[in-house]
Amino acid sequence: MVVAAFADFMQQVVSGLAAGAVYALLALALVIIHRSTGVINFAQGEMALLSTYIAWALITHHDFAYWPAFVATLAISFAGGVATHRIVIRPVEGGSVLRIVIVTIGLLIAINGFVLWQWGGEPRALESPFGIDTYDIGGVVVTANDVGTIAVAFGIVLLLWALFQFTKIGLAIRAAAVNPHEARLVGVRVTWMLALGWGLAATLGAVAGMLTAPTVGLDPNMMQAVLIYAFAAAVLGGIDSPVGAVIGGLLLGLLLNMLSYLAQYEAFDWFSEELRLPMALLLILLVLLVKPSGLFGRPEVKRV
Amino acid sequence: MTPRATRLIGFVAFAGFVAFIAVLPSFVSDFKAQQYAYVGIYLIALLGLNILTGYTGQISLGHGAFMAIGGYTSALLIAGNEDFGGSIGGGMKDIWTIPLAGLVAGLAGVAFGIPALRLSGLYLALATFAVAVALPSTVRRFEEFTGGGSGINLFGLPEITGGTTPVEILGRELTYNDWLYYLCWTIALLAFAGAWLILRGRTGRAFRAVRDSETAAVSSGVSLARYKTLAFGISAAYAGVAGGLFAIANTFVNPDAFPVALSIFLLIGIVVGGLGGLSGLVFGAIFVYFIPFWAQGADLGSLLPDRVIEETQKPGGPAIVYGVVLILLMFVIPNGVGGLFRRVGQLLGRRRRSKVQEPL
Repeated sequence: MVVAAFADFMQQVVSGLAAGAVYALLALALVIIHRSTGVINFAQGEMALLSTYIAWALITHHDFAYWPAFVATLAISFAGGVATHRIVIRPVEGGSVLRIVIVTIGLLIAINGFVLWQWGGEPRALESPFGIDTYDIGGVVVTANDVGTIAVAFGIVLLLWALFQFTKIGLAIRAAAVNPHEARLVGVRVTWMLALGWGLAATLGAVAGMLTAPTVGLDPNMMQAVLIYAFAAAVLGGIDSPVGAVIGGLLLGLLLNMLSYLAQYEAFDWFSEELRLPMALLLILLVLLVKPSGLFGRPEVKRV
Repeated sequence: MTPRATRLIGFVAFAGFVAFIAVLPSFVSDFKAQQYAYVGIYLIALLGLNILTGYTGQISLGHGAFMAIGGYTSALLIAGNEDFGGSIGGGMKDIWTIPLAGLVAGLAGVAFGIPALRLSGLYLALATFAVAVALPSTVRRFEEFTGGGSGINLFGLPEITGGTTPVEILGRELTYNDWLYYLCWTIALLAFAGAWLILRGRTGRAFRAVRDSETAAVSSGVSLARYKTLAFGISAAYAGVAGGLFAIANTFVNPDAFPVALSIFLLIGIVVGGLGGLSGLVFGAIFVYFIPFWAQGADLGSLLPDRVIEETQKPGGPAIVYGVVLILLMFVIPNGVGGLFRRVGQLLGRRRRSKVQEPL
């Protein structure tokens, strides 16, 4: 009995981490753009949605195998992110923040419309590259999809970390985000670095989208809830902190799954699946009120 | 131009606009009058949001929630709430619920404004956004009070003025839609004048000081807590009045009537209309209400080639047009229609009194 309960608990932990890994990826994308452009990119979820549809179209209509399609989608998304910054964001940069926010909302509406217009509203099936196997590890049953999702997400995060930490281009992107004026003085091509940031964010979003589709099902509304979870994760970790975004995402995934798990007990029987989203929003409000800078963010410093 | 001349031009323009609004229903169809009534409703909400965001610098992505509070207040008072287990009363004449809708929403605005004092900029935007997203499911949760997902139907109730018979007012008979039109626009114009009065005096100066630099405002003796909360309250009251009118014009409220998209559209409306200005908001309201129709090519009819209309009538087509138009507008008129007005004014006049500060 106790063993069974423990196994059940561990299963929820694993699937919570898998869901959280996806939130973490999209939250990381939000953080990268917030650090470079200073706005929340409301179109992040829809950009990821478009990428996922591209992967689906490559596999279904162009006979790609999954992994080649995966890589091709990442490349297309990266180029798309860079192009988005160059064409749409750059003209409004430097003006009022609200203007950039409205432009990202315009993008959100337009991309969602495009997906609906091009591929229709009916749900599509993007199969999991990890199959439908399950593994039994000491009584704990985990699905291959969950394990694969966590592994891919961690791999991508590690790659990104290495890029930022050990390469010259990563250093230049960080410099451009932290201090554009001085970065420009030492020869960093700041606008291109910001565009690369958008490209990386779009790529992260693409991974998040492709990992979400097998469990949630691919349709034009797929990323809307995920985006809000990503907001919550980014706020929880601190909107300026990449590490915070990752940990925030994992914590959020765990927390929500724990509530689902605990709902079988009397003390938590008020929790039901439709409360998942409001819980995430409640978390946003709580974090913002108690510690607006999040777990890992630096507090905002105001200068006169 | 001297300030006096500018103000005179403003008064003349406003009087002209009032006259235009007064005669418009005689020239358009009954259906169009109803559509224009909704433009008036949006104008009220945009005025309120601009007081908060454009003048005080506090971004709200959740003003649809305050509209919902106003809308539900009106609907519950009109319907009398007997069906939902409560006992608010036996129904109230629709127009008397409007000030109460404003009051309740205004109080909610103050209540939200106090914790929101800790937040600024992006964080406030996210917090208000969270409220707007959570609202529909919250309304559904309290089913016994709000009617849940199926909402509250006011259609055909005796408390709705002119639901079935023409409305007689000042010796003239109005059709139901014309009545709605005049009701909404009378309140909208009063709201406009009210906003102008609030913003031109001491309070308005304090709001702008908070927007331009909180530190400077504090050091000149402006109480941040007081004025931010006040801005939230006034702004939410405006949204509440708009929500109450919406409930009356729509004769129906349910959670889907106040989606997250509404809050976003309101923000779009003030940015298109021009932050920190009032007259441009009329265009913001027209944009918010009509662009979704125009984006389908429906209203523009024969202006567009058939092929274009065909494509934009496919699902998703209107959204593409809407998004692209929105982005292009931000490129072309960065400060909204109001900013365009100011530019024209600058070109016509010799010199401005003071440089117009770009808000936010």
